[in-house]
Order: sequence, then structure tokens, then C-alpha cells
Amino acid sequence: MPKDEIANKGGIGASTKRREDLRFLTGKGRYTDDINIRGQLYAHFIRSEVAHGRIISIDASAAEAMPGVAKVFTSADFAQAGSIPCGWQVTDRHGKAMLEPKHPILAEGKVRHVGDPIAVVVAETLDQARDAAEAVVIEIEELPAVMDMKAAVAGGDLVHEELGSNLCFDWGFVEENKAAVEEAFAKAAHVTTLELVNNRLVANPMEPRVAVGDFEEWTGQHTLYTTSQNPHVIRLLMGAFVLSIPEHKLRVVAPDVGGGFGSKIFHYAEEAFVTKAAHILKRPVKWTSTRSEAFVTDAHGRDHVTKIQLALDAQNNFTALRTDTYANMGAYLSTFAPSVPTWLHGTLMAGNYKTPLIYVNVKAVFTNTVPVDAYRGAGRPEATFQLERLVDQAARELGVSPFDLRRQNFIQPDQFPYQTPVAVVYDTGNYQATLDKLVEMADVAGFEARAAESKSRGKLRGFGLAHYIEACGIAPSNLVGQLGARAGLYESASVRVNATGSITVFTGSHSHGQGHETTFAQVVSDMIGIDASQIEIVHGDTSNTPMGMGTYGSRSLAVGGSAMVKATNKIINKAKKIAAHLMEASEADIELKDGVFTVAGTDKSKTWVDVTLAAYVPHNYPLENLEPGLEETAFYDPSNFTYPAGAYGCEVEVDPETGKVEVVAFSAADDFGNVVNPMIVEGQVHGGLAQGIGQALLEHCVYDENGQLLSGSYMDYAMPRADDFPMFQVDHSCATPCTHNPLGVKGCGEAGAIGSPPAVINAVLDALHRGGFTHVTHIDMPASPSRVWAAMQR
Amino acid sequence: MKLSDSRSIDAAPALVWDAILDPQVLRACIPGCESLTGSVEDGYEAVVRQKVGPVSATFTGLVRLSDIIPGQSLTISGEGKGGAAGHAKGSAAVRFDAQGAGTLLTYDVDAAVGGKLAQLGSRIIDGFAKKLADEFFTRFQAAVEAGEADAAAPEEGAAPDETGTSKKGWFRRMIGG
Repeated sequence: MPKDEIANKGGIGASTKRREDLRFLTGKGRYTDDINIRGQLYAHFIRSEVAHGRIISIDASAAEAMPGVAKVFTSADFAQAGSIPCGWQVTDRHGKAMLEPKHPILAEGKVRHVGDPIAVVVAETLDQARDAAEAVVIEIEELPAVMDMKAAVAGGDLVHEELGSNLCFDWGFVEENKAAVEEAFAKAAHVTTLELVNNRLVANPMEPRVAVGDFEEWTGQHTLYTTSQNPHVIRLLMGAFVLSIPEHKLRVVAPDVGGGFGSKIFHYAEEAFVTKAAHILKRPVKWTSTRSEAFVTDAHGRDHVTKIQLALDAQNNFTALRTDTYANMGAYLSTFAPSVPTWLHGTLMAGNYKTPLIYVNVKAVFTNTVPVDAYRGAGRPEATFQLERLVDQAARELGVSPFDLRRQNFIQPDQFPYQTPVAVVYDTGNYQATLDKLVEMADVAGFEARAAESKSRGKLRGFGLAHYIEACGIAPSNLVGQLGARAGLYESASVRVNATGSITVFTGSHSHGQGHETTFAQVVSDMIGIDASQIEIVHGDTSNTPMGMGTYGSRSLAVGGSAMVKATNKIINKAKKIAAHLMEASEADIELKDGVFTVAGTDKSKTWVDVTLAAYVPHNYPLENLEPGLEETAFYDPSNFTYPAGAYGCEVEVDPETGKVEVVAFSAADDFGNVVNPMIVEGQVHGGLAQGIGQALLEHCVYDENGQLLSGSYMDYAMPRADDFPMFQVDHSCATPCTHNPLGVKGCGEAGAIGSPPAVINAVLDALHRGGFTHVTHIDMPASPSRVWAAMQR
Repeated sequence: MKLSDSRSIDAAPALVWDAILDPQVLRACIPGCESLTGSVEDGYEAVVRQKVGPVSATFTGLVRLSDIIPGQSLTISGEGKGGAAGHAKGSAAVRFDAQGAGTLLTYDVDAAVGGKLAQLGSRIIDGFAKKLADEFFTRFQAAVEAGEADAAAPEEGAAPDETGTSKKGWFRRMIGG
């Protein structure tokens, strides 16, 4: 179909403008903080100022007597509540389950990170709550902070005394390969080694977290409004494990959500707090995070310290890979924390390469810091950064082109499906094609001329290449169940066709910036052949959407979209039966095209609306063998992950006088499989690149040795800005559609954040080497001017 | 954070030593100190008002003198709570060595902050701590040297360490009372 025709119709492949932007761009979005319930009280959390300490006493008597104060809560008020649960249990290399500490709603006996909630003042106004908080006297005996991961594992002070160790687990993957990997290293012609840090990040969604709890005494109904990427998961975790509220008496609503990047997947203490406080006080209770609170309570990302080694034979073929990683868990296990450095990281260590033997060791460590969990890419950026830095370093040591070394070791297009040595099977891909595309887009041939021009201005220009793979569309439930997931990871959709033909789709996915309201409507529009404006996408409310697992891991279209396709196919099948009845034809002869049912080989036809009306006004209807109505639900459980991949090229200029790095060009050639809305895909890649380049050059979460968060505001935590980036060149034409989901889609949300950090650092290294600074083997992220300058001086 | 510095004071070590044990001197020298009550033995309750970058707060806390080796060295430590602003604590190990007729005062300061102060003010906290320490010891030097001059002028011949009256004289003048 010609492109403009697609665009007019608004189906799959059209760059339809985002319908949700009408409200977002005019300030009409309805976010959780916009929800104000009559009679609501305000909660102010009193949080630990020390990283580690014993609570000696809490005296709230003066505060409780202050104006407007309803109650001051402490852990004693939650004696009956359960621990905030962890959703993934990792088994270590010796078959032992990970150490799992209790995570109370409010600190019990000890505080374990700056920001750990100790008490909460609930009052008529927020100012009254804040004033009264000043009158709560808390005595804490400060304990030495456990900060350094390697020291924490070696012994000394414990974050959780009852666990007896700061080592959460010691994971080996694939443990059976360990000896063979050692042997391959012993035989290697060349071994390249790098030690690197994947810097800790703060997610920083534009909208801070908010939670509003409500309780209806006369029905016993609890409602939680919250900034969540997955309201059903929150209902399950909080209802079943923390507060013992059965699902039918607990509704969780996540309305418009202003960005999550992973940090709003998890079940947080504040959600359970407002729900329970509303129950106790018989008044709605609202909490809105300040930006300062967000820095010390939203789960952080990354924070890995890694040693990685690559073995090569005399022909430069990769023969084995091994890694040793320390992964920071922070003070408690956040909802999916254990899965990030293990199954979302170790399984991707093959990258795009044929490396036959891989062994990954991960030691997860408790420290007195904010819990660490999934952040855009979750484990896959860490894997990609290590691997792509290492391959570049190997090429440099061997004196070969980083392009050629990669090409030589790529899994070849005719090798798919490809079983990697780290458990996963890549269904499709063509890495040569994405790399070819990148070479063309980035004008690699013209680089030397550009480098010479930069040199004439006193700048060092460098080109950095990275090729990534990720596993998206999480995940086959039976597989992740074996790997320790305590949840299924299917997705759901209900398609309700209304009497006059319009359609309401209820999805278990959740949109918080992804544009589902537009793209999901495009898919259904394409399948039925009615205008997308006739289709509404509803999400975010457990009271009207089927149980679904939410949005993260680039899974919404691949998993949630597939559920929607399944439900829509059920609708089409039933509609054909109705059409067959109306046209007195055989169901097998009915065709649906452009919203019209026809009987093959005749001129008989019925419109979509004729059929939907018949379904709800069944006067002429096969009632004896077909129910009236037209509403179907489907659950889709994927049979494999999806494997987006791509080639990224970064061009930087380094100022040798100051060490300042400027990204002057960035190209991304991605294989996302089929694409529903190219404009939205480009937007997703742009956003991912901004976060990935931000990690590489700017963002850094820093604690001092006492566990104080030094980068706790935008004065010290450098968020990327538009003028830090060139215009990105993005392409997704090298598509190898996914073979196991009905849309052939792979997912595009995280790619940019996964592929870009190594491309940036490789470019900085290339620039320095071209400038004669050949002693530099690595610069840790963020490659700030001071770090780059210091590296040049050695 | 840690910092070390020293300064030469034009006063005999014994006079300098007496001054540092004088709560009124301490009060006058601690920048932003609004009140200081107590004794060397029990420690002092202090109220200090300070502004660190964007955070201003009144700290209430305890100032203690410890490791006292008379005439030679001691440690001044303080810990203050500033409510929503967070907390600050610090100590200064101070040595008093004779330097000609005067005193060489050497100090090692160790300071730490927590809460909002650390979260918002970390970028400037090192400079701030240095400024506070400088201010404290500059005021202290001025106070002691003024006292030395005061003690030397009207009561020539009287050993300054034998009487407290001369000290009160210079001190009152310094604090304007």
C-alpha cells in the first residue's frame, strides 16, 4: 500500500500522531496528583538522615497534639502487615536460595539507607503534617555504613544482622560451563581483560511518585491511586502479601503516569502506607513525593562493578567469555531486583556473537543505599556495555578493525534460530545488515576527512561502534517460573465491540509515555478495517481491565499487543458467524475487508455496523447456537523472548585542553521487526539514546563513605538536556520480523539506552588514541571532563 | 570531609589554653552561635544558626571537649540537629605548641553532614566547612590576641594565667559587654 494511503487509514505502519498528546500537551492529563478526594488527609514521611543506624526511641507525643494532626504512624501500627515482597527468587551457584530480608513498610528497629521511612505524620494539610514532623523526636544510634560492595562481602558490619551476610546470592551461569571456560582461556592465543563500572543512576521520571489511599467503610472497598506501570501487579503484591486485602475488595488505579523507566514497576512502601492509613483513619490519605524524596526512595538503576575477559584463538575468533560482577542490591530487595543482574543480564552475554563458551558470575550485595532495580534496559545495558567495550579493546590490542572483528564473530544470517550458550534461542536477526546500514548512515567512509577537519580546530574526533542485542517481550511464564519469577508474565486484553460498531479495548498493559492509545488502536483498526478514531484504548484500572502484568521490558506490543490481536481475532470469528447468518451464507465464505463483510463469489455484503448491531439487537440472530453480544478476552503467553538488535555509531569531539566530550553525531540502525507506528518508534529510540548518552557522559549517583547521597538534586545530578545531543539519525529498515508473535514485532523501548553507552565510550577512547593518548584503556562512565582530562594526563 | 590548618597566635600557650576552655569565648567564636550553656565537664548545649547554600536552619546540639591534655591539646566536637534541614557533626583536634613568645595552634577538622544538608549542599559543603573553621579560629585568634594586649597593658607584670579578671576584661570588650 502506498505510504500516504496507510497514513490516511491510520492502520499498521502509519505515523499517526499521538492522540494522547492532545491532553498531555495542553496540560489536561489526569495524573495521580490531580486526584483529590473530599476529606483527604496528607501524609508526610519522616525519613532516615543516616545510612545505617539503630532506632533508640521515637517520641511523637508532642507532634500528635499539634494542630490538624490525625495521627503519627510508626512501625508499631503495621505489626500485622507483611513484608514488602520480592517478586523473583534467585538460586545461587550452590543451589541455595538467595538471602531475603524483611522489608517493612516503616523501619523496624534499624534504618538501612538515607530515605528509609521511620514515621509518618498524617494531618489535615501538608503544612501541618510538615510542621508536626519537626516535633517528632527520633533518637538513632548511628552505625558504620556498609558502602563498598567488595568490603561488604568480605565481612564487617551487616545491613541485615539476621541474614548473617551482606551477600544476597552468588550466582553462576552457566555453572556447568565453568570448567570448559577455564580450559578455553588456558588455550587462548589472546586474552583481553577489562575492569569497569556501570554507574549507578537515578531514574528521574518527570512525574514524581504519588499515592492516594481511599477506603469505603460501608462496602469494605479499598482503592489505591498510584503512579504505577503495572496496577495489577501492585494489587497482587500489596493485597496478597502486605495488607491481606482480597482482590475483589482492592482496586488499584494508575491513571496518566508521567514516565517510569522502570522505577514505577515496583511496589513501594508508600502505596501500602496510604492504603492502610486510609483504612485506619477512615479518611482518604494522600502522599506526593518531593523531588528530593524521589532521589532517596525511587529505586536506583545499574551499579555493577565488573571484571570481564575474552579469549580469542589465533584467527581472532572468540572462544570464551567470562565475567565477575558485583551487583548492588541496596538496603532491601526491590520487587524485581534479583532478576536484573542475573536472568536479564547473564542470558545476554553472548551478544551478537558466536562465542561458544560463557561463564557469568554475579555476586549481589546488600549495602546501606537506596534499593537498586530495573531501569530502562535492566541488566541488558550492563551486559552490552561490558561486552562491547571488551570487543573494542580486543580489536585495539590485536590491531584489527573493530568493524571486522565484530563481523567475523557475528552469528551469521543463515544460523537462525540460534541457540546461545547462555540458554536463550534467538529466533531471527541479521547483524551484518544492521552494521552495513550503520556504516552507510554514519558515513564511516567520510570519517577521516571529518577527523582531519576537527584536528584543524584543535579537537580530537573519534568514532565509536557498538552492536547490541536485547531480550524483550518478557516472557514465557513457564520458563521464568523455573528461573525464579514469582509471577506469570503473560498479558491480557478485552475487546468490547459496542452496539454501533465502535470498540473499547481494555488492556493489561499500561501506557506511561509509550503511546499505546494510538498504536494499539492502529492494530485493531488494521485488523477490522474501521477507522482508528472508532477505537478507544483503556488501561490502568484493575476494576475494568483484565489481569495483566503491565508495561516494562519493551513488552507491551509484543505481549500485550499479541493478546489484543488474539481477542480481536475471536471478535472477527464471531462477527463472521453473525454475518453468515445475516447473509444466509456459509461462515467459511465470509470475508472481512475494510470494515465490510462479503460472501466470496457473490455481491452480498453487510457492514461492520450491521453485524455489531445484530449482536446487541439479536432479532435476526442464531440465538440457538450463538450468544448475543460481541466482547472477547484473551490472554497471551509468549513462547520465547523477542530479540531486537542493532548497530550504533557515535562520533565525538574531545577538547584536549579540558577533556570535555561533545557528541557530534549519532546513528542508530535498529532491527525491531515489524513496526506499527514509525514516528513513535523513532521517539522511543530518541528517548532511549538520550538516557544512554546521559549515562555515558553526565548522570552519576554518588554516595559518600557515610552513605549520604551527594548527588541528591539537580544541582549535582546532571540530567541530559536537548543541547547535549546532536540530531539523531535513526533507522529501522533492517527488519527481521519476530517469528513467534502474531504481529512480528520485537519491541523498541529500551534499545537506545542499551546500545548507546558503549558506543559513546568507544568513541571517546578512539578520539584519545587518535590524539596519541594510547595509554588509556578505559574511562568509567560518566566520561566527565575531569575524568577524561585525568585519563589523558597519566 | 577533613581539613587541617594552623595559625600563629601572639599570646602565650597558657593564655590560649584558658581561652579555649572559656564558654563565653567559645560562644563568641562559633559562627552563628545563639546560645551556649553548660560546662567543660558536662559539655555545652548550643543553638547555632547557619545557612548552607539553599538550606538554612537552626541547629540544636551538644558541644563537648574531650581528650584534654592541659596546656597541650584537646578535641572539640559538636553534633547538631537542624530538623528538616538534616544534621551536622564535626570535631576539631587542636594542639597548642609554644612558638617563640606566642603559640602555634594546629587543628585537624573532621566534619560530616546528613539529610537535606548533604543531599542539597554537598557541592558546597567542603568549602563551607573550611569557611566555618577559618572563621572560628580567626575569631579565636582575635579574641586571644586582644586579651593578651589587654592583659599586658594595664596590669604590667601580672602573669596573665594567674588571674581570670584580665581575661574577662578583654572578653567583654570583644563581645561588646
